[in-house]
Amino acid sequence: MAMSDWKPNIIVFACNWCTYQGADLAGSLRYKYPSSINIIRVPCSGALEAEYIVEALNKGADGVLVGGCHPGDCHYKEGNYKALRRFNLLHKLLEDMGVEPERVRLEWISGSEGKRFAEVMNDFDAVIRKLGPNPRGRNGNA
Amino acid sequence: MKRIEINPMTRLEGHGKISIFLNDEGNVDNAFFQTVELRGYERFLRGMPIEEVPRTVSTICGVCRGVHYTASVKAADAVYNVAPTPTARKIRELFLNAHYVEDHCAILYALGFPDFVVGPTASPAVRNLIGLIEIVGEQTGRAVLKKRRSAVRIMEILGGRPLHAVAAVPGGWSKRISEEERQEILELSRDLVELGQMTLQVFEDVVLKNKQFMELVLGDMYKVVCNYVGTVDEQDKLQYYDGIHKIVDPAGKEIGRFQGKEYLDYIAERVLPWSYQKMPYLKKAGWQDIADGDNTSLYCVGPLARYNIGSGFDTPLAQEAYEKMKETLPPGPVHNIMVYHWARAVELLNAAEKVRQLAEDESITAPDIRTPLGEAVGEGVGIIEAVRGLLIHHYKTDSRGIVEDCNLIVATTHNKGPINVAIRRAADHFIKDGKVDEGILNMVEMAYRPYDLCLACATHALPGRSPLQINIYDAQGKIYETMQNF
Amino acid sequence: MPEKVKLAYLLAGGCAGCDMAVVDLSETLLDVLPQLEIVFWAPTVADVKYKDLEAMPDGSIDVGLVAGMVRLSEQEHMVKVMRRKCKTLIALGICASMGGIPGMANMHSKKEIFDTAYFDTFSTDNPEGVVPRTNCLVDGKYELTLPDFYEKVRSVASVVDVDYLTGGCPPHHSFIGAALTAVLEGKLPPRGSWLTGGKAVCDVCKRNPALQGKERELIQDIKRVTDGEPEQDKCLLQEGYICLGPVTQGDCNAQCPNVNMPCRGCGGPIPGVKDFGLRAVSAIAASMTDEKLVDKIDCPAKLFYRYSLPSSILGGKLK
Repeated sequence: MAMSDWKPNIIVFACNWCTYQGADLAGSLRYKYPSSINIIRVPCSGALEAEYIVEALNKGADGVLVGGCHPGDCHYKEGNYKALRRFNLLHKLLEDMGVEPERVRLEWISGSEGKRFAEVMNDFDAVIRKLGPNPRGRNGNA
Repeated sequence: MKRIEINPMTRLEGHGKISIFLNDEGNVDNAFFQTVELRGYERFLRGMPIEEVPRTVSTICGVCRGVHYTASVKAADAVYNVAPTPTARKIRELFLNAHYVEDHCAILYALGFPDFVVGPTASPAVRNLIGLIEIVGEQTGRAVLKKRRSAVRIMEILGGRPLHAVAAVPGGWSKRISEEERQEILELSRDLVELGQMTLQVFEDVVLKNKQFMELVLGDMYKVVCNYVGTVDEQDKLQYYDGIHKIVDPAGKEIGRFQGKEYLDYIAERVLPWSYQKMPYLKKAGWQDIADGDNTSLYCVGPLARYNIGSGFDTPLAQEAYEKMKETLPPGPVHNIMVYHWARAVELLNAAEKVRQLAEDESITAPDIRTPLGEAVGEGVGIIEAVRGLLIHHYKTDSRGIVEDCNLIVATTHNKGPINVAIRRAADHFIKDGKVDEGILNMVEMAYRPYDLCLACATHALPGRSPLQINIYDAQGKIYETMQNF
Repeated sequence: MPEKVKLAYLLAGGCAGCDMAVVDLSETLLDVLPQLEIVFWAPTVADVKYKDLEAMPDGSIDVGLVAGMVRLSEQEHMVKVMRRKCKTLIALGICASMGGIPGMANMHSKKEIFDTAYFDTFSTDNPEGVVPRTNCLVDGKYELTLPDFYEKVRSVASVVDVDYLTGGCPPHHSFIGAALTAVLEGKLPPRGSWLTGGKAVCDVCKRNPALQGKERELIQDIKRVTDGEPEQDKCLLQEGYICLGPVTQGDCNAQCPNVNMPCRGCGGPIPGVKDFGLRAVSAIAASMTDEKLVDKIDCPAKLFYRYSLPSSILGGKLK
């Protein structure tokens, strides 16, 4: 496939209580965000195992974003804090292993932030387009 | 010379490989001993905290389970510029000596003795530990295994695990020894001393009293004239854990001493395009190619080197056995490599006596097991006498003790040159007019076996046999014969 | 007198520590020997050569043990031969099961490893700048060959389908004895599983607060083992010493924490874990009080994947 035809494939793990609602609101308010974004709803950002993020990369996702509730707003009290600690350590590990840190991102987006949801998605899409395709290829056979 | 690969299935990787070239008359023109694997420890240790290194480098070899561990923790002390506490030092020394006993035992009974007890020309099917046990009787076999296990148990008490220990930390040891444990070790040490005495008795009965074997021990076909490097204390007695590293020339004259980083003034490792293992030599004489003799720059390490550089042992029973060696063997340095096995048996007894001495010392249960650490000074060398000979671990770190660079020279690497010479000489002696048979394989094997190769990567074996392939080429470079023991 | 069980043993790449653990069985080994017919033990105990193993009928050996990892084509070949010949194949130890310590080489390219070994080390003398070559002419007449390397280390379990996996670096000799007994008595679990008691290191660790009737607390600080002495009976992880006990199988009886040293994961992952290093990251990070503590962890890949890098979903450092 020629580079000009290439469109990123981005996976967004969205927390059911905040970020997923934010995505919903973005849609209702007609805020545009790129078609490269594929949303997977999860019960809580803290329920996300590091394995899911890496598996997505391994299967060829060009970028992975985890969306959770702002600090203090977690439906399960502390899930987002756990997510943040995990994410930081995973980020460090992935960097150690040669994965560009920009491919993986964590954002707090609440249910009332439809506009911000769209902005973050547009920005992430631009970052990933600049980085180019995941070196592991679409089927994870780098 | 053109080379024709006759058998594409002749796979040989991760083993020792010997190539022998014949001339037009069918006699030996040259021989090469190649090591065929490299695992990259020197590279992948980079980035690790130095305190994680001992339990990592231990896995360079599971046979010499205690030596990389001990050398690297000494290097880690140096990286922080601290000495272990007196108690920790005793514990480390106890650990290393228990390791000497179990390792020398495994090597002698699985590798050294079968050649003599079962016979050098016996079929390899019986020339091994199992065959040995059949001859000496299961009761003796059991006794040896049980007593060896006592040494392994001591290592487990001290190191936390029987193999690939974990208790060493820079500046000391992570675990105190309780009085109950000391008593247990003391009890077990009796087994070790008995094992040492038994082993020397076996050597005497089987080898020393056999005229034919003594001809092999003292003959010219198993002889390499080279320099020797080993470790002694101020009294010129052998030391394993720590001491002064001394170099003597083939005539027995001392030509240098070094400690720590000074090893770089004496030793360099030559890269060879035909082996993954480098070949060390003494810098002083310069690189003189792979030849032995009075002017050689090759040197060897291990039990025979230790016999040649020092004046015996600091424990009574081992000293007695050493004096007997002195009486029997010619004066000055001994270049006959079969003597390695004899020296090994005496060292086993010496290490066993040391274990007993250390376990008798009640102060080993003292609570001071760790020296507090400050900032790392950023470089450290740890050198010990490993079971197979001098072992060097050298690390550079940042001020937090994170490894940036490292250099390891293991015993079998020091011995690479002499092993090449030994094999060439044995091949030359046994291959005449193009006549090659299975017996050659063993005679050539016997040439490297005293060195007790621990090409951990190439040692795909219970200590007993290094897998080995011999390719013999005729004058046209065609494969004339291939023999392998695996 | 029942039929003897036919057994084969192969060490692929590795340190022979697993072999020595078998030797450490000592008299126990002599006790089980009569019930076994050792048809292949590369290359020592039985005088059977590779080619003889290759000539045996497929499926004719009851049990095969394979230790070590795979880096060279011959190791790969022999592992595949073992798979064909053995009815039941057991990966012995963490190298065979997950890649082991030598697997950390997957953080580096072949070129990096060669540069270090043949150019950059302090005592290396290489005036002509040579590197070992797979084909080499010495003195213009002796042609010598060396095997080539694969770019990556792999576990035995990723080269062939093994029936059972075992952890340990090496497995304790008593564990090997128990496994051999289970084999002889035909008391093996369903194929494809780990031979394990199924407990985590924490479950068998005397330091576990849960076993002392106390609450588990979060990690306040990250320490290295060089930072002071840990308290005798307190959980190392809680004290800030990163310990991989929560995600590691405890068939070792927590020998390392027992001597005040944290677990580094050689026992293999507790059941249900797909990627050891990533699960370790999740478990350790979740027990911290503060996300900034993460910055105090050095070289995370060589800590969390110390024994299992080749089995990581990522397989090694991306070039």
